[in-house]
Amino acid sequence: MSCALKILAIETASEQCSAAVWYDGTLYQQSQLAPREHARLILPMMQAVLDEAGLSLSQLDAIAFGRGPGAFTGVRIAASVAQGSAFAADLPVLAISSLAALAQQGLDQGSRAVFAATDARMQEVYCASFGADAQGLAQPLTEEQVCSPQAVSLPVEPERFSGIGSGFASYPDALRQALGPRLTQYQPNAFAEAACVARLAVRAYHSGQQLPPEQAMPVYLRDHVADPPKRPPLGYR
Amino acid sequence: MPNTRILGIETSCDETAVAVYDHRQGLLAHVLHSQIDLHAYYGGVVPELASRDHIQRLLPLVREALSQAHTQPAELSAIAYTAGPGLLGALLVGAGVARSLAWGWGLPALAIHHLEGHLLAPLLEPDPPAFPFLCLLVSGGHTLLVDVQALGVYRILGESIDDAAGEAFDKTAKLLGLGYPGGAALAALALQGEPGRFSFPRPMTDRPGLDFSFSGLKTHALTTLRGLAGTDQDRADVAHAFEAAVVDTLCIKTRRALQQIQAQRVVVAGGVGANQRLRQQLAELAHSEGASVHYPRIAFCTDNAAMIALAGCLRLAHGSDPDLSICAQARWDLSSLRV
Ligand SMILES: Nc1ncnc2c1ncn2[C@@H]1O[C@H](COP(=O)(O)OP(=O)(O)O)[C@@H](O)[C@H]1O
Repeated sequence: MSCALKILAIETASEQCSAAVWYDGTLYQQSQLAPREHARLILPMMQAVLDEAGLSLSQLDAIAFGRGPGAFTGVRIAASVAQGSAFAADLPVLAISSLAALAQQGLDQGSRAVFAATDARMQEVYCASFGADAQGLAQPLTEEQVCSPQAVSLPVEPERFSGIGSGFASYPDALRQALGPRLTQYQPNAFAEAACVARLAVRAYHSGQQLPPEQAMPVYLRDHVADPPKRPPLGYR
Repeated sequence: MPNTRILGIETSCDETAVAVYDHRQGLLAHVLHSQIDLHAYYGGVVPELASRDHIQRLLPLVREALSQAHTQPAELSAIAYTAGPGLLGALLVGAGVARSLAWGWGLPALAIHHLEGHLLAPLLEPDPPAFPFLCLLVSGGHTLLVDVQALGVYRILGESIDDAAGEAFDKTAKLLGLGYPGGAALAALALQGEPGRFSFPRPMTDRPGLDFSFSGLKTHALTTLRGLAGTDQDRADVAHAFEAAVVDTLCIKTRRALQQIQAQRVVVAGGVGANQRLRQQLAELAHSEGASVHYPRIAFCTDNAAMIALAGCLRLAHGSDPDLSICAQARWDLSSLRV
């Protein structure tokens, strides 16, 4: 079957570092909890999953990456590796939400709707709510945002949500209180994984969301990263 | 010997740069985007903004450099990238793209020390100095005197214990109400200054040794300015006295280093090497010591990828990186390098 879709996916937006290959419905994944080791690990992992699948880079149809939100440096590692490898192999890229990939795990465990929240430091979380499409794949119900855990809310429908992500490890009380009784359970120790990025990338591929490699950009959500000077510096034109 | 052609990538601070260097034909392309305007408003480099800009600029610059060099990926021998020292987030963008390109093209990769690039930059010029030489490296981030014996054989003779020379220029320029980075503007202002009105110290020159200290000069400039009305002439006079103190200090130590290691050649690298007063005094100094002075062209004094591609080209003959790691480290001791 020469037309079988082949996608290599990576996800490095959290402490978890992972790479996966989707080959015509079969998934191959390498994943490791490895804070600050992503730069060392990611390319060997990509090579390993390709080897497992018996594929070479040039046989792929696309490279997918978890585009964030998440740790700035981690998200940029994914974007730069996706850019470099896709450019070298003349492939398109697919930018997949790291929150959607995380929510996918909750959906796979049987939840109809998932509130995904990851720790964004500075007393904030990255979060969004997701439902499932006809194939059971995560579909956003809200915009992704960065906000204080006290300020989060659920969309009006459906009634029940499960929670997932490191936000629930860092701010369990604030999130539970803000989300109220519609939050039925939560899983604080889950991280986005490349296998989920790959599955969401298949859908993105079929809906034509391929991008040229130089457009593989992180999504940060937090854009205020430096305080402007109290007054513009002297001599500033 | 097979032809060697290297793609070089540099993103260690606020310049995104790509170059192609060929060991027979020399430099085939070098392209660069400077983020100076992005950071000027903040009065200094904002690391996160630098990283965000690099990832937007780099791949289009790679495309541009390859097309400028009329080079197909299949004609490349290896990819060299700056792996440190520098801003970690910024380094990771260049390292991530470079290492992945090499992986995808099946090429060797070389993690290059940024300062080794600067030390070797004069070798990009038509009449390159031979090893060994003394290198005075004076940039916004570093002030070093290095005994360069051969590729990968570097002995640090002296370095700044606080601010780098360029940093001192920039901080003093800020005090004088000049923009960022203000080294060149300070030098221009100093031309209007009256010599001898103020006398600044020549730090650490009254004792043996080759280390530098420049942070006191900035403080000296501040206290001097406080006692003045702050007219244009006052500012120019302070600029003059400051520049004279930095340049004299650099020259005193360079002369000492030359005598200590009996070097015949001095190489000047880094952005402060653009300073005309420094160039003039170093020329006189070298003449009296019977040595020659070598500068890379101004574009290769400051951060660039040509020097990284060149370093990669020289190093490839001795091997390349053993695995698929993306190497980036904010700190990296130059004297720990080997071939
Ligand atoms: N004519 C000059 N006189 C003195 N300093 C200068 C001059 N031109 C540039 N500089 C200084 O050189 C530095 C930039 O050099 P560069 O090698 O790019 O350093 P870095 O990459 O470490 O910032 C800045 O500090 C700048 O102010």
